[in-house]
Amino acid sequence: MAVCIAVIAKENYPLYIRSVPTQNELKFHYTVHTSLDVVEEKISAVGKSLGDQRELYLGLLYPTEDYKVYGYVTNSKVKFVIVVDSSNTSLRDNEIRSMFRKLHNSFTDVMCNPFHTPGNPIQSKAFDEVVSGMLAQST
Amino acid sequence: MDSAEEKPAAVIYAMENKPIVTCAGDQALFTSLYTSLAQQLPREPMEWRRTYGRAPKMIHLEANFVQFKEELLPKDGTKALLTFPFLHIYWTDCCDSEAYRSSVKEDVSRWQSSLRSHGSADWLIIVVDGGDARKKNKSNILPRSSIVDKIRGDFCNKQNDRCVVLSDPLKDSSRSQESWNSLLLKLRTLLLMSFTKNLGRFEDDMRTLREKRTQPGWSFCEYFMVQEELAFVFEMLQQFEDALVQYDELDALFTQYVLNFGAGDAAKWLGSFCSPVLNWSGLLLRRPIDMEKRNAIQRGSASLLDMRSYLFSRQCTLLIFLQRPWEVTHRALELLHNCVQELRLLEVPVLEGALDCWVFLSCLEVLHRIESCCDRAQLAANSSHTVGLWAYATDKLKSLGQLCGLVSRTGPTSEDLNRTVDLLAGLGDERPETGRWSTSPYKKLKEALSSVEAFERHYLVSWTLAARQAEALLAEALRSYVCEGWSFPVTHTRKQMGECQKLLGRSVDSLQTSALLAGDTNLTTEERTRFCGDVLNYAGEPVEQGGAASAKASLDMGAFARLTRIRFRPDGATVHSGAALQVSFGFTWKNGKQHASKGGAQGRGLPGTVDFEAAVSPAGRPASLSAGPPPEMDEAHDRSPSDDSLSSAGVVCKNAHLVIRRHDSGSPQDAPRTPRGHAAPIGAAPATPVALKEGARMLTGRRIALEPGDNSVSDEPGTYTLRQLSVTLGNVNFVLPHIYPSVQYHVYSQEPQLTVPPPPHLLLSVPSEPLLAGLPQTVKFTLLTGHYAVRKGDALQLSNSDGMPVLANAGCTARISNSGAGTHALSVQSSDKVTSISLPPAPPYHALEFHLEVLCLIPSGPERTADERLTNGEVRHRPRSYSHPDTAMSMSIDCPWSIYSTLLTLTFHIPFKTEHSLLSAGNRKFIRVCVHNVSDSDFTLAHVKLAEKNGPRQDGRRRASLEMRSLNATLLCSKRSVHCLWEATCKEDLPSSLECVFSASFCPLPASHTLYSVRANMLPLAGERHCRSGSLCGLEVVIARLAEPAEGQPDVDGGGTDADGLGGSKVLYEVADSSSNWAVCGRSSGLVSMPSSGSWAHKVHIEVMPLFAGHLPFPKIKVLKYLPHNVNTIQPDADSQVENDSLSLLDKTLDDATADTASVRSRGSVQSLGEQQHRGVALPRLDPFSPGQVFNHSHARQVLVLPANDDHIVEVHAT
Repeated sequence: MAVCIAVIAKENYPLYIRSVPTQNELKFHYTVHTSLDVVEEKISAVGKSLGDQRELYLGLLYPTEDYKVYGYVTNSKVKFVIVVDSSNTSLRDNEIRSMFRKLHNSFTDVMCNPFHTPGNPIQSKAFDEVVSGMLAQST
Repeated sequence: MDSAEEKPAAVIYAMENKPIVTCAGDQALFTSLYTSLAQQLPREPMEWRRTYGRAPKMIHLEANFVQFKEELLPKDGTKALLTFPFLHIYWTDCCDSEAYRSSVKEDVSRWQSSLRSHGSADWLIIVVDGGDARKKNKSNILPRSSIVDKIRGDFCNKQNDRCVVLSDPLKDSSRSQESWNSLLLKLRTLLLMSFTKNLGRFEDDMRTLREKRTQPGWSFCEYFMVQEELAFVFEMLQQFEDALVQYDELDALFTQYVLNFGAGDAAKWLGSFCSPVLNWSGLLLRRPIDMEKRNAIQRGSASLLDMRSYLFSRQCTLLIFLQRPWEVTHRALELLHNCVQELRLLEVPVLEGALDCWVFLSCLEVLHRIESCCDRAQLAANSSHTVGLWAYATDKLKSLGQLCGLVSRTGPTSEDLNRTVDLLAGLGDERPETGRWSTSPYKKLKEALSSVEAFERHYLVSWTLAARQAEALLAEALRSYVCEGWSFPVTHTRKQMGECQKLLGRSVDSLQTSALLAGDTNLTTEERTRFCGDVLNYAGEPVEQGGAASAKASLDMGAFARLTRIRFRPDGATVHSGAALQVSFGFTWKNGKQHASKGGAQGRGLPGTVDFEAAVSPAGRPASLSAGPPPEMDEAHDRSPSDDSLSSAGVVCKNAHLVIRRHDSGSPQDAPRTPRGHAAPIGAAPATPVALKEGARMLTGRRIALEPGDNSVSDEPGTYTLRQLSVTLGNVNFVLPHIYPSVQYHVYSQEPQLTVPPPPHLLLSVPSEPLLAGLPQTVKFTLLTGHYAVRKGDALQLSNSDGMPVLANAGCTARISNSGAGTHALSVQSSDKVTSISLPPAPPYHALEFHLEVLCLIPSGPERTADERLTNGEVRHRPRSYSHPDTAMSMSIDCPWSIYSTLLTLTFHIPFKTEHSLLSAGNRKFIRVCVHNVSDSDFTLAHVKLAEKNGPRQDGRRRASLEMRSLNATLLCSKRSVHCLWEATCKEDLPSSLECVFSASFCPLPASHTLYSVRANMLPLAGERHCRSGSLCGLEVVIARLAEPAEGQPDVDGGGTDADGLGGSKVLYEVADSSSNWAVCGRSSGLVSMPSSGSWAHKVHIEVMPLFAGHLPFPKIKVLKYLPHNVNTIQPDADSQVENDSLSLLDKTLDDATADTASVRSRGSVQSLGEQQHRGVALPRLDPFSPGQVFNHSHARQVLVLPANDDHIVEVHAT
């Protein structure tokens, strides 16, 4: 499904970032980093209009020729970014939403782990598996 | 509206973009009313109720009134809507029934029939009333209403509203106005009705057509034309939203087909869209309708790009009508991405780079289009919408440049040029619309692709032309990446920056970047080795003459290596000035896993070692966010200026402003550039550079082993803190700007010092023994050389004093601490006034120790005043106690390092106190002298004598004879007294005063602690019970050392103390028989080595032969101390006899229980056994033990010796 999944901390440093074609990791890092600006823009725009009642799913952040970047922001301003191959046309908004929901649930589990220090990179097998599940289907 | 001025020449647009309304009947009448009609029709909006639940809309209606012609009526099957006449009007101003009947009725019915034949039911008959001119013919005038009624009756069966009366249209009256309004309302209503009906029918047809799309032979292009017709109508009605919907539906349908194609469901008609792309001239948004492409679609010969381009151009036009230019940009980006994907999906053959051209041109075209309909301020405010297109265009141009070899250094190859030509061919000719602009996208691309220079001008605007700017931009990006902890982008940006810096020729910066990259774990080993090679290459370059200082590049060491440890040798990190302090630095070389750290074998927590923890910020969390810079703590001392005493001490955080600072994002922390390679001492001492010498070499390509360098330290004493570390490698300095925690070492300086016992360390271990006056005492001199190096020939000049001669003896040795070479000869030369001690050479900061034997003469009793003499015989001595020294002797010593003499004070204690008293027993007078031993030693007194002071008188007579009466006690134990009693017998009268001199010799009592036991046993020959005279028998001697001397008792077993560095002691035994009873056969003496401590026994076997029979005493067994040659010996001087001490040092073994152990042997005097010691030559010698130290168990034992045989002759001498 996805080619890259990233979790970005509130302060915009990466908590978790994984991509499928590992040789092009750099590109995805750039892609995800660039998308943060759009995320910020969207958050601020949403914040103005709707106040606290906001949708976590930010939708398509920006498309590129090869990839589509979707965003999601938790209430604690942790950002999820999913990059999808543009050629993968079977993915609709709903699938992306459900992916984000799954990711959020797993992320919440990680945060609930008392041995996890918030703010540290995520090192969780369960989380890894969830992400792998989302990444694996594309191959 | 923008499109208004650019009307295409196409047929449809030649007509007014309005619904067609035909006019039949009286043309002249219509012409007269046309203007006001066309003006007034769109004046008021009309609600349009829609079918299919679409929201009603208010629209302003316009119409294009044309003369009715038969041809205008749609033929069957024609789907054209634009040319469709929505309403047919018949105009008449007939008011004459006759005329009506004769001509008008006929005309109307013909008109009606032709309408009917084409199935058109949208018609209206307008009867104009009030042409005054026409009322001239009054005869035939019927009331207008009757004509209307007739018309209604004839044509409008039950549709009375189809006939409208317009009254006095050219008059400005209320009646006229009213009739106009009702006419317009009617017109509008009918028009809308017609629209609803016809469009509804059209839509139904269209839907039907769409439902057939699964059937073979269905063509999208045909359907496209149909639905576009609808869109045109909506556009015509200014319902752009609805028009857009039509195009969007077409777009979605097309997309779906393409996707289905990808999924394997290929529609036949799609085949035409899969033809190779031959033209990539980009979007064309200038025309409202690109007829060229539309025709191609109509013909079914359009390519995918044509189709998309046309669709988008229409959408764009509509969106701009809708004042939504920003949606255009978004849709454009989406379209461009989508097209690229679709071409890929459909596997359409495309020349490499053609799509890039198309995208580039399209992006610029869209942007131009947007710019043309917005003002600058709007554009600037909405740059976020256009930025994507700009970026996309830049990307594409970049890839084109790469493709055509325009960015390569060597310029394009012929292959590149061919490709360029092909690409340019695909662009086609420039469109006339943009031809007049000098900056059209077409021209831009063409120019850019044509030459390297032009390409650079167009593309590299942000690169080479403004490389400085680019670097700044990269630096900013880098800062944000670093700040936010994105390591991959950081690495990549650094790489770009390095290239930029190389381009700019900023070698130092590029070097810094290379150094950082060389330590970057995101890069492969090869890359890192390459960057490392860059640095090393730079380092290896020969330093330019003259500019050596500036040519040295300084790099932050943190990129390359991590300081793991600093180790000081000596451990305390405290050295005297001039000494070598070895500082070892341990590094972890970041390039690779291994690390070569110097001193790695040492465990942690060693003294003098500082281990540096890796500054692990929580992994992943950028340092700037987690902790900021590490605090640099430092000690601070505040010393009062007057006496340099410490008034306060504390801890200072030197970079508090950085640590405490708020970490707002985007504030970069600039690495402070500070002077490097300096160790700045704390306090007032000026900063002195410490030169570091390091050698570096590469080990196996990835390790740097830093050899520990000698740290040459300045001579300024003080505390030095290692603040920065600079490793110089060729031209490159690797600088560690801060060493934290701070590491210090101390340098001190010391003046040479000559001290006299007790040296401090002895004070601690052995209770100090005081020096005793009257006996030769060994004084230990300790010379701490301090910063002074004792050279050969340096001598100490001791000025002799009368009261304390220096007993110079040969063979004095000095020991130098820290030098393993044992002892050094020390020559002592005495002259009358000066004793010169020439010192052996000694390095600075060593201790030189030597012993001198001095003798303090006991001062004779002071002359007493007459009145004291008799009554108080007590010699005035100060109370004896060690805290109150008796005699302080000062020595003045001239030292070579100082112009001043050193004054040393030696304190001697007089061991005795005497008092005398005169006792009477009847007439007899006794003089009692009480000698009180106040020292801690035991003494033997000898030659106790009391003599009249002035000697015999001139007449030879003594005034009194003194006779010793009392027990002449010779043993005087510590703290005891001995009383001597003399009877003074006077030949004459008792003199009024008698001055006597009491004198006694004293010598310390030898130690009596039993150290060795000797047991002897006589072993007869085997088988014999007794020894026989004349035959050999064995003498078994067991020499056993008893347990350790008691605590505090100095070790006196001779030769074996630690002081002279011998491991054990040696004892010489000797079997001799002085009484000629025994003959010793074979070896009579031997050396026995003993370990240095503990009980120990040694058994020796000696062959002896009794010479006589009978009970013979055992042969004598002597045990002697064996002193090796290097033992310090003192040859006492002959003049050591002092006034009241007749003790001969030559034949007495002095007690050892006095001073320190070092003086033990020196006391031992000499030559007891045959070997006369050679002056000046150190030979081994033997010392007897003090009495009592050796106990002979077999002393005076006897052994029965039988005569040699029974039949021997007994000589009997009888007289």
